Amino acid sequence: MKKIFGILGILIFVVVATIVLSDGIFLRPFNLENLIRRTALFGIISIGVGFVIITGGIDLSIGSVVCLVGCGLPWLLTVQGWPLPAALGAAVLVSLLIGLIHGLLITKLKLQPFVVTLCGLLMYRGLTRGFTGDQTQGFGQDYKGIRSLATAEIPLPFVEGFGIPAPCIFLIVVAVIAGIFLNQTIYGRYLLALGRNEEAARYSGINTDRMVILAYVICSLTAGLGGVLFVMDVNSAQPVDFGNFYELYAIAAAVLGGCSLRGGQGTIVGVVIGAALMQVLRNMITLVDAIPTHIEYAVIGLVILGGVMADELVKRIAGRRVASK
Amino acid sequence: MSSDAQTSILEVCGITKQFPGVLALNDVSLSLGEGEIVAVLGENGAGKSTLMKILAGVQGADSGVMKLEGREVSIRSVEDALNHGISLIHQELNLADNLDVGANIFLGREPRRLGGLIDKSKICQDAGQFLEQVGLAVDPNTLVSELTIGHQQMVEIAKALSVDARVLIMDEPTSSLSQKEADQLFVVIKELAKKGVSIVYISHRLGEVEALADRVVVLRDGENAGELGRDEINHDNMVKLMVGRDVSQFYPHEPHEAGEVILSVSNLVTPAHPSETINFSLRRGEIVGVSGLVGAGRTEMLQTLFGVTPALSGEISIDSKAWHIRTPIDAIEAGLALVPEDRKQQGLILDMAIRENMSLATLLRDQKKGFLNHSKEREISKKMVGDLNVKTPSDEQIVRLLSGGNQQKVVLGKWLAQEPKVLLLDEPTRGIDVGAKAEIYALMEALAKTGVGILFVSSEMEEILGMSDRALVMHEGRLTGELQRAELSEEAVMRLATGQTKEAA
Repeated sequence: MKKIFGILGILIFVVVATIVLSDGIFLRPFNLENLIRRTALFGIISIGVGFVIITGGIDLSIGSVVCLVGCGLPWLLTVQGWPLPAALGAAVLVSLLIGLIHGLLITKLKLQPFVVTLCGLLMYRGLTRGFTGDQTQGFGQDYKGIRSLATAEIPLPFVEGFGIPAPCIFLIVVAVIAGIFLNQTIYGRYLLALGRNEEAARYSGINTDRMVILAYVICSLTAGLGGVLFVMDVNSAQPVDFGNFYELYAIAAAVLGGCSLRGGQGTIVGVVIGAALMQVLRNMITLVDAIPTHIEYAVIGLVILGGVMADELVKRIAGRRVASK
Repeated sequence: MSSDAQTSILEVCGITKQFPGVLALNDVSLSLGEGEIVAVLGENGAGKSTLMKILAGVQGADSGVMKLEGREVSIRSVEDALNHGISLIHQELNLADNLDVGANIFLGREPRRLGGLIDKSKICQDAGQFLEQVGLAVDPNTLVSELTIGHQQMVEIAKALSVDARVLIMDEPTSSLSQKEADQLFVVIKELAKKGVSIVYISHRLGEVEALADRVVVLRDGENAGELGRDEINHDNMVKLMVGRDVSQFYPHEPHEAGEVILSVSNLVTPAHPSETINFSLRRGEIVGVSGLVGAGRTEMLQTLFGVTPALSGEISIDSKAWHIRTPIDAIEAGLALVPEDRKQQGLILDMAIRENMSLATLLRDQKKGFLNHSKEREISKKMVGDLNVKTPSDEQIVRLLSGGNQQKVVLGKWLAQEPKVLLLDEPTRGIDVGAKAEIYALMEALAKTGVGILFVSSEMEEILGMSDRALVMHEGRLTGELQRAELSEEAVMRLATGQTKEAA
């Protein structure tokens, strides 16, 4: 819990700083809506990778899964002429299969998660560029109804000119289910236990392989959901760079939110706050004139490094206090 | 023998060492005369290894004084210790087995020729001289991997001699040797002592200590428990000092009314020793010890029974029902529980709370349609903390912060919550203090009385002799024999453990 307060504090600090430095542009309804929408979309894929990180693994293929599903869906609909339910079904199936294959390779063949998902990163993007002929994919003027899942705003009573972006609903649903799964079911406990010590978990009668596979499936499914929502939102996906680096934003959000890459630690609320912090930072860099836009990555890298360092220092001081008692 | 030697070559006093949560050594003293063989005894966790590591510069002491030939010295590193002529031979041999004998002896101190190249012929010549001293007739060009464990041990000693060691510390040098190899080692040790090398000898085998030592120093729970001069060294005196009371009180053994067979193993083949088959049975309420040298396949047998490394073939039946055990999940369903050898790696999630560790194996049984049963979890955890007398302010405490004994109680609690029919224990008292040990023995007794069958592996002879209704002895993956309580003795166990038959002299 204390961990969440730390990251929440940083988030509030960055928000306030941005409000001040941007002369209030930050608070304009258009900016806030956009920020919340981005946070919701990235929050969903960050929660997914959070599960993998809790098992002590990593998934580098998220951005490419976003690309595969995000370009594949409009391609199936507009180029191949599939009906909508079939195309959506294919998106779910492909995401699920990718997660399943990652999980099987990692548990049964004992390949390293980094290697397996790095190959995934390369393969799914290459595949997408192949079947689309590297052409930009989109829905054109059709499918407005289904696209409103990502583009609509839910009006608030008594508030003019501002609504809650629809992806927020998806984020809340995903976060609530994930939170209950992680904290209230025996499977969530199994994941946390095996993330800390897989061998001891196995000796305690836990089917650790099955749980690890499940984590990769969850991760790919949320990446697939993210891909669908992202493409519905922007209506234009270029296979060459759609979803580029998204895995890094997701991993960074999870780490900022308290997930340890050593495994066994993490909360869903923390991951969502981490995702929000990432988006506010990007927003700040865009809005504040004093910060050149080109150095975006440098700023984000620095903030993550600072956050992780602060976390480690706090842990050491706490550890020393325990030892001296 | 120079047991009455007045010239003390090494003297340490007031050594104290604190580890997080444990006072490993408290004001410990030890002196060593020239050419004297001093055995340091103590149960696992008594602080022997820590003391030896401090002497050899592997670890620093928090406080205390070390004197070499009357002069105070400070030893901060292994290099310092070597410069002062103190050399430690680890229990696990530290040889590079891809290199030859000569290269190992001079590792890091290779004689050079002009231009910095290694002078191989000088290595060969000098190595030969040290090998002769330890009575090992092998060519220095032989690869270490081609030597037997016993010969590798001799190479270690030769290596120690090559740095001009005056104090040689040997940590359980016979734990993986055959009787013949051990006898040969004793001859070498006595030779060295005659030449004035002082030996600190650590062993669990009281028989060999009796034969070898000029003096015995006993540690208990990190403190000096007492010393025995040459004439006082005998089995009973040593054990009494080690456990701090009479043996009969320490091991609460009562003959058990053994019931029907609860576990029966026939023609079991483990992946570790595919050419051997294992056959034995265990009755309700029976406590059976499994003895053997390091590497005899005892741990591997338990792991195969528990499905960690599934059997290649053979039958396991529990409560007269045949079980096909491929994973720990199957084993648990069959009514088995395993308290593993490596508590921290295999037994516990160190960074989780006591409550979460206690419930880990029973979550599945107590689930409410996949959801955690919080009230049941808390109830089990509280009950086990109470029943097993786990010393902790609360069951929300992180397990890492508990002492070894209390950690082991948490592992036991996890499995007792499962109410197993057969409890498999692998070195159940390794590295825990005497008080917790006595509690675990009492618990084993109590469980046996309720009809649980207990199979325990132990490397401590006293534990095997003190706790077993019956003992199985293994040697190189094979069950070499079975000893009824009336037949149990250190000699009988060692005979079987080194591969001889029960009767052979």
